[in-house]
Amino acid sequence: MSTAERTAAGWPAQQPRPAGGAGPWVRFLRSELRLIFGRWRNLALLAVLAGIPVLIGVALKLSGPGGGGGGGPAFLDQVAGNGVFLAFASLTVLLTLVLPLTMAVVSGDSMAGEASHGTLRYLLAVPAGRTRLLAVKYAAVVIFGLAACATVAAAALIVGVILFPVGPVTLLSGSTVSLGAGLLRLLLVVLYVAAAMAALGAIGLAVSTFTEHPIGAIAAILVLAVASEVSDAVPQFSAIHPYLPSHWWLSFGAILRSPAGGPELTHGLLSFAVYVIIFAAIAWARFTSADVTS
Amino acid sequence: MSVAGQGAGPRDEIGFGREDPPPAGERQPARPRPPAVAPGWPAVAISSTGLSKRFRGGQLAVDGVSLAVPAGSVYGFLGPNGSGKTTTIRMLLGLIYPTSGEHELLGTPMPAGATAVLPRVGSLVEGPAFHPQLSGRANLARCDAADRTADPATAADRISAALERVGLLAAARKHYRAYSLGMKQRLAIAAGLLQPRDLMILDEPTNGLDPQGTREVRSLIREIAAGGTTVFVSSHLLAEVEQISTHVGVMRTGQLVFQGTLAEMRDRGAARILVRTAEPEQAVKVLAGRGLADVRSGPHEASAQLGEQRPEEINAALVHAGVPVAGLETPRPSLEDLFVELTGEGFDVHG
Repeated sequence: MSTAERTAAGWPAQQPRPAGGAGPWVRFLRSELRLIFGRWRNLALLAVLAGIPVLIGVALKLSGPGGGGGGGPAFLDQVAGNGVFLAFASLTVLLTLVLPLTMAVVSGDSMAGEASHGTLRYLLAVPAGRTRLLAVKYAAVVIFGLAACATVAAAALIVGVILFPVGPVTLLSGSTVSLGAGLLRLLLVVLYVAAAMAALGAIGLAVSTFTEHPIGAIAAILVLAVASEVSDAVPQFSAIHPYLPSHWWLSFGAILRSPAGGPELTHGLLSFAVYVIIFAAIAWARFTSADVTS
Repeated sequence: MSVAGQGAGPRDEIGFGREDPPPAGERQPARPRPPAVAPGWPAVAISSTGLSKRFRGGQLAVDGVSLAVPAGSVYGFLGPNGSGKTTTIRMLLGLIYPTSGEHELLGTPMPAGATAVLPRVGSLVEGPAFHPQLSGRANLARCDAADRTADPATAADRISAALERVGLLAAARKHYRAYSLGMKQRLAIAAGLLQPRDLMILDEPTNGLDPQGTREVRSLIREIAAGGTTVFVSSHLLAEVEQISTHVGVMRTGQLVFQGTLAEMRDRGAARILVRTAEPEQAVKVLAGRGLADVRSGPHEASAQLGEQRPEEINAALVHAGVPVAGLETPRPSLEDLFVELTGEGFDVHG
């Protein structure tokens, strides 16, 4: 090493250069995903998400034709006629509690879990980089949310195909599309619900940066989600309904109209984007300035 | 200051011409290794000026600490529990932000330069912390994956090498939660050894270890230092670091009350003259008559601070005065005594 390669302060300029490109990010994200998907608790949540559509399907099958009697959650009545609708019905049912709970667990644990183990200080000393750590944590939460929604849809689809007739999908607007086009719409619905859960995940990530107690963070996020859903059901609060994080969760029905989409869907996606931006900013502002004393 | 190697050369010159790693024998005395720094190299691996931290509760945990850790040294960072050592280390690593003051690691201002400099710094902060459900190896793989400067192609080999160095290779596949405290501590050190480091910051690395474990960690630190790495090691026990340190800094209630080489610390201790005699009263008179300070007497002895006077002259004076001198000693306080004197006895937790 020649003298020229030294820094002004005199230390050799042997600074290990970060490998360029996305390589280090992908590697860190893979490690994070391995951590999340390797936890029995999270796998159990996925198992519950897969199990509930099975229960719904079996219950509908046993109650026989017309057993639904109308009234229940959306899409439930259509399941007996077309198994594909079990996926839409399951997502509707699970969006009330189990999916938000899953997101609360994973996002609430994201930063607070590392803090409670003390591993946060070692990650920062590596150095993982505070902003980079947050970004990777959030990306992993979003991916887990997508996996959760996909698990529900996949389990429901399998059960629906086994227990019920499957064929061209009759849309809410009355027209009928082929099974393939119907499945494509199911994929869009899964992506929409995953986006909704990503917004909740951003709220969870922000909450998680404020505490060293993952259980506290998880509880707080779940309370927020339920409070939002309850407020959304109270007509007297109608003025604030559009601004509630949960208000647009069930708007995916718009994807099942012809033509797909509409203002509801746009408002929903806009709402999710705003929540992601605001709470990612809060998480960043908090975490990049916080003393890590755990 | 002797310079081990001349001219611009490879980085082992900050290692100032150490011989081979010292034998692992524990009783070997601390070898004074004054930091010799080649021209153009910085004298310090860690420097801070007036580093202070006031926590939100109002407690001043660290109060104006100005560290100067010479490159290539083994710096023992001493102080009783609660004296601000860990808070200082957390500030050094950028985990917490100082209320005032600034610091540099390896000539790089922190915390602004954290991304650039921390890959060259291995650390152990306030005990080991890993994911209990992962194996030792998987935990190290996670640390390595978080490091954007780490080469994934060599990760497996580097992890094995680090585990080997701390003697954990055989237990690499065991869950972290099944590790003993000593194994946990060693895994944390292994995490610091995943990359070649210019600086190791080790907070109480022997905490909770049995004597055998302590010995192993100590010889590991020697080995790391022999490779040219500056080692900053904290402890609340002088004995833990006395044998391996070239330099010490002593903390007391948030302040750095001493910093220097071990020899300098020894020199701080005022030498005394101790006279063994059957007539201590008489001896006291002579000592006091010569203007010595802090004259004390015991059943068969008298003592005073030696100051600038020479023991042989005092002896002559004693004999001249007819004091039956049975023995004459010039004891120096032990390092342990000096350490206790610096840090205060017992648990005086302030704030």
